[in-house]
Amino acid sequence: MIQGEEAKKLHPTLSYLVQKQSLVVPLIAVLVAFLIGSVLIALQGVNPVGAYQTIFNAALGSERGLLRTLEKTTPLILAGLAVAVALRVGLFNIGAQGQLIMGAFFATWAGFTFTNLPALLHVFVGLLAGVIAGGLWAAIAGVLKAYRGVHEVISTIMLNSIAIALLDYLVNHPFKEPGQALPRTVPIFETAQLPKLGFVPVGFLLALLVAMFISWVINRTTAGFQFNTVGANKFAAAYAGIKIKYIVVASMLLSGGLAGLGGAVESLGITYRFEPAFNKGLGFDGITIALLARANPLATIPAAFLVGVLRSGAPSLQFDYGIEPEIVDLLLAITLLLVAAPILGKLIFRKYAKKSETISSGWGS
Amino acid sequence: MAPLLEVKNVSKSFPGVLANDNISLTVNAGEVVALLGENGAGKSTLVKMIYGLYPPDSGEIFINGNKVELTSPKAAIDLGVGMVHQHFQLVPVFSVAQNVALGAEKKRYGLYDSQQAEEDVAALSQKYGLAVDPAVKIEDLPVGTQQRVEILKVLYRDAKLLILDEPTAVLTPQETDELLEVMRGFAKQGVGVIFITHKLREVLAVADRVVVLRNGKQVGETKPSETDQAGLAKMMVGRSVVLDVKKELAKPKEEVLRIEKIVVKDDRNLIGLNELSLSVKAGEIVGIAGVEGNGQRELVQAITGLRKIEAGKVYINNVDATDSSPYQVHKMGVAHVPEDRERDGLVASYSIADNLVLNRFTEAEFSKRGVRQVEPIKKLARFLVEKFAVKTPSIETNAGALSGGNKQKLVIARELAWGPKLLVAAQPTRGVDVGSIEFIHNQIVQARDNGAAVLLVSAELDEVLGLADRVAVIYAGKIVAELDAAAADRNKVGRLMAGGDTN
Repeated sequence: MIQGEEAKKLHPTLSYLVQKQSLVVPLIAVLVAFLIGSVLIALQGVNPVGAYQTIFNAALGSERGLLRTLEKTTPLILAGLAVAVALRVGLFNIGAQGQLIMGAFFATWAGFTFTNLPALLHVFVGLLAGVIAGGLWAAIAGVLKAYRGVHEVISTIMLNSIAIALLDYLVNHPFKEPGQALPRTVPIFETAQLPKLGFVPVGFLLALLVAMFISWVINRTTAGFQFNTVGANKFAAAYAGIKIKYIVVASMLLSGGLAGLGGAVESLGITYRFEPAFNKGLGFDGITIALLARANPLATIPAAFLVGVLRSGAPSLQFDYGIEPEIVDLLLAITLLLVAAPILGKLIFRKYAKKSETISSGWGS
Repeated sequence: MAPLLEVKNVSKSFPGVLANDNISLTVNAGEVVALLGENGAGKSTLVKMIYGLYPPDSGEIFINGNKVELTSPKAAIDLGVGMVHQHFQLVPVFSVAQNVALGAEKKRYGLYDSQQAEEDVAALSQKYGLAVDPAVKIEDLPVGTQQRVEILKVLYRDAKLLILDEPTAVLTPQETDELLEVMRGFAKQGVGVIFITHKLREVLAVADRVVVLRNGKQVGETKPSETDQAGLAKMMVGRSVVLDVKKELAKPKEEVLRIEKIVVKDDRNLIGLNELSLSVKAGEIVGIAGVEGNGQRELVQAITGLRKIEAGKVYINNVDATDSSPYQVHKMGVAHVPEDRERDGLVASYSIADNLVLNRFTEAEFSKRGVRQVEPIKKLARFLVEKFAVKTPSIETNAGALSGGNKQKLVIARELAWGPKLLVAAQPTRGVDVGSIEFIHNQIVQARDNGAAVLLVSAELDEVLGLADRVAVIYAGKIVAELDAAAADRNKVGRLMAGGDTN
């Protein structure tokens, strides 16, 4: 990486771009993904510009569309935050999906189980149940990592499968809505429902606040400093007296709690019940969002909004052009590939990156 | 006859840095040329161009009078240039002969001819006085012998010009002397040698000529007969350098660190420290002399809470500190300059300010109810950067962007800023330029004079002898001798370091 002194010697514009690499690379990644997407759309005999217009129109062009987009964006912000927080500690939480559905279920459970609670309190209890469920689910992976050295990617993937199977059982048996063919729970009480302010869901505002709060925690608190230090250099963290095992578990607890909150907001604000068919893929989109945001909590908001727009507008492709809305999955997959593999940064900044590498490895020893 | 190697007006730049600025160098057959310079002076860049690892931006390289384009190490090897790297490139489970022949195997019936290889290696080691058994596996050899294998590898490929990159860094004083002897032997056989080092004593002992680089420029050429250590140091740094540490006689007071028969395992789960005992008093510097890998790392880590203690006790100010966490040890007043500052001592992606509170971020001054207090942190950083003369554009600069010497100053500043009772300094000047070495030594002596107990661990015997008031020699996980600094000379300590006794 080029930084500081070296970067200043480059051409001013280029130097600016190098220093802003974290901003430039994701933007170009999205752009390139859209370009590749255009080719794929054109191959199906559809005008790509028209197709993209359709997506954005459907997602942003009407109050109904905007509401749907914001509803889609809300859990995505929280799932993105979940993955981002873990990334700060150097952990790759692939299990946001499992944590999110655990949160969605237990928020719902709190929503239909507790009776006679005042509305505000009931919502709070529901959200809290989601946070706890998601947090504990992720903490399993954290404990395994800290005390048994189990790689979190493996354990969170397995925990995803376990969560799906467990919830399938719960909604098919003990908590199945009586007299229903579909595997789903009964609806939550009205007191547990998250309201909307005009076309803005309260859950969305909550997600914005949480993102700001997490950003503050990461950047301003000693807890955040410990998270960052463990992620940046775990040897230096141990040297500095930071309890790494504790931080690993705590960060997974927080990460899972955020994903669980994402599920809870979805249950209490949109679906009003738990049904396994909902919440599909939200946690995985969270990975794309966190990487696109470069693990910066505030940047998860625009990243999640972009994904929200695509997800919200995609179905209209089917109606208008008869092409599969899965083209959006492709766009996101290409974007993810471009931001995750450092290919793009290397291509753009290759000339400088390569030389600076040789400096650091070959110089002055 | 044309010189073996002639480098004419070679320049090489990296973004923002002119690593080699119009350098010329001649090496004749049968000559040892020392390439002297501080870290970052451009020594490695120069030899890497000669070895075909980098193309020069401008200038020419001649070998035996012919202009050459060295596009790869292979091209250089084919022309008789060989390089022994600082970090060995050997296959541990292969025998000496296998390692030497690897990549240049002689074949019989299309198969590797092991007998031929062993005979060749034996003949080579005979010719150049590099005693080594061709059939032994590398992993069973001590470091000094492994280095001989590296050299044999190069000779096996018919090198006429041998480049040795900091070869003595890993050797005991005795092994170093042997290597210098071997280098003279090469010269006698008509081989040209380029010897990279920053140890002035070795340069004076072995070189025919000395070429000095500073900041990528060639500042001069001299002969050992025409200069001395102080003269060489001045050429290297560009100003007079005080090589001897100036200090008053120590006035030891109460005991601060007491280690009683500790047993510690190393990374391979073998005994690293074997019932080691040691005591350090306030107001004295105890230097640990030893060949690397005899338990120094384990000792430092055991004291500072980074390694589990299997048996025995560690007391700090008479309080049991055995198996305390790094945080607790720090709270007991122990400062730690880790041997690998890049790995343990700094977070490269953090600002200088954040690095200066790396292990103090929870202190009341820097944290209120869990919220970091940015202004006090910056204030401390500005103060320390000034006081410890850290060269940086700003306290917001990432620590990773600093030079080695300034990184070390940063660590020293952080560790000494708060007036520790015990300073554990491991390799405090490793890879640090001469100017910064002087500064760091003075800081350590000052900490002692302010009443701190200092435990100094260094692979540089000269550093231990120059700085310590008392020298403890470590060998195979034990302190085998403790000498008063006045009674410790290179030869005596060197023999002890190699496991011999003083008699």
